[in-house]
Amino acid sequence: MSVTEKEKESARAYWKTNVRIILSSLAIWALVSFGFGILLRPLLSGIAVGGTDLGFWFAQQGSILVFLGLIFFYAWRMNKLDAEHGVGEE
Amino acid sequence: MDQFTINLLFVGASFALYIGIAVWARAGSTSEFYAAGRGVHPVTNGMATAADWMSAASFISMAGLIAFTGYDNSSFLMGWTGGYVLLALLLAPYLRKFGKFTVSEFIGDRFYSPTARLVAVICLIVASLTYVIGQMTGVGVAFGRFLEVNNTLGLLIGAVIVFAYAVFGGMKGVTYTQVAQYCVLIMAYTIPAVFISLQLTGNPIPAIGLFSEYEASGEPLLATLDQIVRELGFNEYTAHHGDTLNMVLFTLSLMIGTAGLPHVIMRFFTVPKVADARWSAGWTLVFIALLYLTAPAVGAMARLNITDLMWPEGTQGQAVSTEQIANDPAYDWMATWQQTGLLGWEDKNGDGRIQYYNDADADMQERAEAEGWEGNELTNFNRDILVLANPEIANLPGWVIGLVAAGGIAAALSTAAGLLLAISSAVSHDLVKGRLNPNISEKGELLSARIAMAAAILVASYLGLNPPGFAAQTVALAFGIAAASLFPVLMMGIFTKVNNKGAVAGMLSGLIVTLIYIFLHKGWFFIPDTNSFTDADPLLLSIKSTSFGAVGAIINFAVAFTVSRMTAPLPPEIEELVESVRVPKGAAAAAADH
Repeated sequence: MSVTEKEKESARAYWKTNVRIILSSLAIWALVSFGFGILLRPLLSGIAVGGTDLGFWFAQQGSILVFLGLIFFYAWRMNKLDAEHGVGEE
Repeated sequence: MDQFTINLLFVGASFALYIGIAVWARAGSTSEFYAAGRGVHPVTNGMATAADWMSAASFISMAGLIAFTGYDNSSFLMGWTGGYVLLALLLAPYLRKFGKFTVSEFIGDRFYSPTARLVAVICLIVASLTYVIGQMTGVGVAFGRFLEVNNTLGLLIGAVIVFAYAVFGGMKGVTYTQVAQYCVLIMAYTIPAVFISLQLTGNPIPAIGLFSEYEASGEPLLATLDQIVRELGFNEYTAHHGDTLNMVLFTLSLMIGTAGLPHVIMRFFTVPKVADARWSAGWTLVFIALLYLTAPAVGAMARLNITDLMWPEGTQGQAVSTEQIANDPAYDWMATWQQTGLLGWEDKNGDGRIQYYNDADADMQERAEAEGWEGNELTNFNRDILVLANPEIANLPGWVIGLVAAGGIAAALSTAAGLLLAISSAVSHDLVKGRLNPNISEKGELLSARIAMAAAILVASYLGLNPPGFAAQTVALAFGIAAASLFPVLMMGIFTKVNNKGAVAGMLSGLIVTLIYIFLHKGWFFIPDTNSFTDADPLLLSIKSTSFGAVGAIINFAVAFTVSRMTAPLPPEIEELVESVRVPKGAAAAAADH
């Protein structure tokens, strides 16, 4: 394999990993907001939290905290991935 | 010192700070004017973006929307924060890598189409201009209430302040004033909330207080709230009453709309590196979350306080007497806000008491019959006064009220400045330099950017003073446009090989279908009585016009893919552009080329 082909291969792998990380992050993003916060709330109604149920907590606070975790995780993970593939900025 | 002087001191001090920053941060080049020289630290940018994003709607209206509806309005909390996940993962790093100055410039270059760029510019200007009207009227209202000047003068003072730092400082001036404005608005929002949370639950952190025990009843706060609103015939606070499909789509529309708003996206052009754009999105959400985690507590606690004030003996006892409202200092806020016309009550049955209950509820009608009530007597309670009146309702000291006044104005001004910047850079960079005069010098472009900014402020002030009848609807319109046209096309530009024709067809179809759906429900061009449907009984299933942005986005994607598949593939140089946007390496060089 020539150098440029190797580079291309690495770029493809980099992008594939990125898309995979994005898709799993978005799955969690949807699960905590649309899932726990709205659609799955009836299933969580048995779990009491401060005078109401877990679904209410996810809708008003939990989802926001998970969103925060997701964005920082993504930034950390991608900066690592940049370094692994040598595509980061110095 | 009387309350007026205290308010004047707080607002005056905050304005002096903004002017000081304006003098210090003057823009010398187009790069400084459009992107603050790309030298903003990610945490600083996060704070500025938080102020840019949190408008009068977040600061003034959101807690009230939650307080009077309860769980169903959690959409605002999830929607307006969840959009940042989309922004951080799908747009911000790549658009920063691209390294240009406006959102429409990316669309024009990536889809090698002046038409796409023009459509994007129009979307950007319409969305930003409709959004800014609400901010300008918000400034006027806050001045009118706290400084006893009329709305017109208040709005003009606000416009002059924005002029001072936005015209001279551009993005650089706006960034550093937004940092100051964030500090003012977050203190103004959280300090009263901490006091109130301590009063009601003994816990100093409102977000935790919301799920703690209510000291007066010994029960959890939310359980008490559920009980007393139920006893007055209102919907239980924590229960789900509305339509689930609509709630899902509304939340999704707010998320996509947030991620597609140009004035938010362009803030990520100001950081030095791609990695910084990723971190910066996280910091933005940290600073937004400080307010958004507090807001549901503010809403629930205010609802509880108001109900307690109206029913001092409990919901089964006697309602508050008109005499007590007139004489007890704890009720002074009611007289203050009655003068603004945003709060009203009327002793309909003449029993000397004000009964506050849901007179549409069957059980309550029975009780009303038995007790001789003739309908709900707290006849008018504008949701927007909740946050502003909250310190007075909870009987907090005068300086807290002054701080809230400065905070409300800071929230409106910071968002207005961000929107005006988005408009002026689109006009000078995309229209003047991009279309009319591509050979314009750097100096000429900077001058035209300043003139565009001044003109945008004039137009926004005029529209703020003479708000079109549809002013209240326009935020929904801005989100609809951002969600249905801008977000999908930006995302496809990075993640797919959709071509020029696909992009233009997708943008136009998403935009047009969404506009038609909004007009069918709100009236054509918002002219009253020209609507064929209402949001109570919408055209498609249970989808309200405010929730349609997500559907518009799906249409945009579908049309773009179909058209793109039937037409010529991407030229090789655009393939290369897409590849280069996907990797961070070389972002500094991309910026320097410019």
